[in-house]
Amino acid sequence: MIDFFNRLFNPKPSSATARERLRLVLLSDHLALAPDVVESLKLDLIAVISKYVDVDAANCDVTFEQQDRAVAMLANIPILGMKPADRKPPAGPAAPAAPSVAQAPEPPSFTDSAPATVAAIHEPVADAVIIEAVPGSPVAPKPRRRRRRRASVTPAPAAG
Amino acid sequence: MHELRDEAPVAPPAPIKRGRAIVVTSGKGGVGKTTTTANVGAALGATGATVALVDADVGLRNLDIVLGLESRVRFHVLDVLEGKAELDDALVSDKRVPTMKLLAASQTREKDDVDTQAFRGLIERLRERFDYVLIDCPAGIETGFQNAIVAADEAIVVCTPEVSAVRDADRVVGLLGERVSIRLIVNRLRPALVRRGKMLSVDDVNAILRLPLLGVIADEPGVIVSTNKGEPLALDVASATGDAYRKIAGRIAGTDTSAPDIPREATFFEKFFGGRR
Repeated sequence: MIDFFNRLFNPKPSSATARERLRLVLLSDHLALAPDVVESLKLDLIAVISKYVDVDAANCDVTFEQQDRAVAMLANIPILGMKPADRKPPAGPAAPAAPSVAQAPEPPSFTDSAPATVAAIHEPVADAVIIEAVPGSPVAPKPRRRRRRRASVTPAPAAG
Repeated sequence: MHELRDEAPVAPPAPIKRGRAIVVTSGKGGVGKTTTTANVGAALGATGATVALVDADVGLRNLDIVLGLESRVRFHVLDVLEGKAELDDALVSDKRVPTMKLLAASQTREKDDVDTQAFRGLIERLRERFDYVLIDCPAGIETGFQNAIVAADEAIVVCTPEVSAVRDADRVVGLLGERVSIRLIVNRLRPALVRRGKMLSVDDVNAILRLPLLGVIADEPGVIVSTNKGEPLALDVASATGDAYRKIAGRIAGTDTSAPDIPREATFFEKFFGGRR
């Protein structure tokens, strides 16, 4: 009976807590990075990317995930728009960070403005920046590569 | 307690035999390494295979107790390594499983007294005579662990569904490296708690460890009773847990290809009439 009320008022079972604690403790075991180091890594990462594009710093998400027996760092950094100084002419080659620009379907709302530029902006937003940080563990097999799609649509660039 | 008697006599040592050396390890103490070694060893022995059980927990020997052979130990591992006793004199026989022998650890010595290379040589000698050499590894990851794993090329990691045990098992898996083929036994699972969300499930444990699953052992009173008596459950044909150990032995031997069953909850009837042994 007490059990029933506990479940009613405290819906999270303790095994879920155990799973979460285990996930976190193993991440730090495998990563050998202190939490404050992880935080400053996140800020540096945002700072570097902000040099080239406007990022939504408030909604940046840097997480570490277990992938098989290795750790992968997943950085999801929404891009608000290009920095005006870094705008490339539409005919210019695609940035190395977005090799799939040519195949990327053009978003219909931007077709009347500079299409290649828009696509270049659009593509990195659609994918999270994925950086895999595998510690020097001799047993760590190759982690599975994973691509994450963001559901959010690119906001209009600050063209107007 | 029903005993499984084996008809086959101990096979004469083949000249070029090389048995399998399997270390039973966990990192964390108290998760059931010794009980697992005793039961898996007894179950393998009961199939007629020759098995040597080596207690590598020098200073804290317990495998003899769990097997009920403590009164028969005359010499121990260090006596053999230091030439004070012949290997044959130190191997303790078990009437219940004629093909199984125990080499006890030294209770009054320390783990650092064991020479790693000499220990490796001892395991090699045993492999020439036995189909299986099961090494009961001490807790921790220090000298005793290193000695126990050095001569093995297979490992059984024993893990209970607890955060601390999984963390330590994860560490041990990393230390064992790729040289050793590792399989998992989840020990002391309580199905009723898993169902109510109060215990990590086998899947939760193996989502972290990602090892081939050898078997799952329930947390049940029979295990404690068998340890009290010094009678491995694997020799009790009426015990469901004993059956789980026998299936584990079959999977090790390659004769059982079935997927491990997850222990189920006891029914009301079983709860009412069970637990009297």
